[in-house]
Amino acid sequence: MDTHRTDAAPGRALRAAAVLAAAAVAAVALVSVVHERTRPQIEASQRAERLARLTSVLGGVAWDNDPLADTLAVRDPELLGTDETLVAHRVRLRGVTVAVLLNVVAPGGYGGAIRLLVAADPQGRLLGVRVVEHHETPALGDGIEERRTDWVHGFDGRSLGDPPPARWQVRKDGGDFDQFTGATVTPRAVVRGVRNALVYVERHREQLFAAAAAPAAP
Amino acid sequence: MDARAILRDGLFDRNPGFVQLLGLCPLLAVSTSVASALGLGLATLAVLAASNAVAALAGPRVPREVRLAVFVLVIAAMVTAVELSLAAWWPKLHAALGIFLPLIVTNCLVLARAESFASRRPLPDAVLDGLAMGLGFLVVLLALGASRELLGRGSLGADLDLLLGPGYTGAGWQVFPESSGLVIALLPPGAFLLLGLMLALGRAWSAARRRAAAAPGLAASEATR
Repeated sequence: MDTHRTDAAPGRALRAAAVLAAAAVAAVALVSVVHERTRPQIEASQRAERLARLTSVLGGVAWDNDPLADTLAVRDPELLGTDETLVAHRVRLRGVTVAVLLNVVAPGGYGGAIRLLVAADPQGRLLGVRVVEHHETPALGDGIEERRTDWVHGFDGRSLGDPPPARWQVRKDGGDFDQFTGATVTPRAVVRGVRNALVYVERHREQLFAAAAAPAAP
Repeated sequence: MDARAILRDGLFDRNPGFVQLLGLCPLLAVSTSVASALGLGLATLAVLAASNAVAALAGPRVPREVRLAVFVLVIAAMVTAVELSLAAWWPKLHAALGIFLPLIVTNCLVLARAESFASRRPLPDAVLDGLAMGLGFLVVLLALGASRELLGRGSLGADLDLLLGPGYTGAGWQVFPESSGLVIALLPPGAFLLLGLMLALGRAWSAARRRAAAAPGLAASEATR
């Protein structure tokens, strides 16, 4: 850059600064207008997305509360797979908790944390499992996604006693759950994550399925 | 410079993906399927056309010392606007593109066109150049996305519902079963290999075209030799 000319003409430097400032103001204005315009829509989309996932994982269970608002914070690094405090959702029908949804992390995936949404009923039976986020190898490990294969439906209706604890493994390890050709690590991690979530549900059943404090909706 | 030349530059002679090799990071990272390639390509196209328009309008009035900074600001603001809009109306696509959507800011193609072309040209030329370059980039993304999806998963356009909405679940073709796909095509090495192959083919083709264009006289003299 020709700084000597800028030194010679302070007016030029001032003008440059003014143009830069104007550009910054314009950029901020554009972003804030778009942000304001899209915010309600983004919130609605995210809510719809979460609600759709929740409906899908619950299978045919009927409920009448707002599970997205009916939450409790849970933390258990050993069973839930992460140091973070996670959100659990209660699903109720006429005030009775009919299911609990746990967000858990399945440790030991090939590409880092695999985030799962696990739905269990008061008897500790699985209503469904969905993979929320993963970084597994495409075409090998991503069969755990419901949109790709129905592998994840192999958990529907299972509980800690079905199959017996020793068989809560992939077939390669002597268990009851299929692995994929060429990918054992990913299903193994998911199976372990789901089993740990069920153990957590069993240990904290009282707290998770506590009766509603608020009066039931009609 | 006439419109034909600008279009030809963007699509062929100075194609950003094949010839200038600009913006390779998103090109290689996102081209795992037709749907995500199309999504990122269209987002880049929109940003390119808009940033070129602003560069053409404001360029002459921006002092050279701050021109780069001003363009970076404008481009960043536009990309953020596009990203927010996608999050609002195409949330699934937004999630699928992930970090590569905001990273359009760092696609040197966008800054290069604004700085080296659009800021010195009249508005129509600049917008046309943005569209042509964006289209050229989109074509390369699509070619790479289609071949990687086909080789890796045996399908074409299987994820298009991310782009078009849930009504299109199951759109696209399954050419052969996913289990017999070549996984490497979906991994980063596969992206490099395929792009390299395409580049080689493209170069060979244009070399052949040049030879053919270099007058039949040359071919004749070679034949007589």
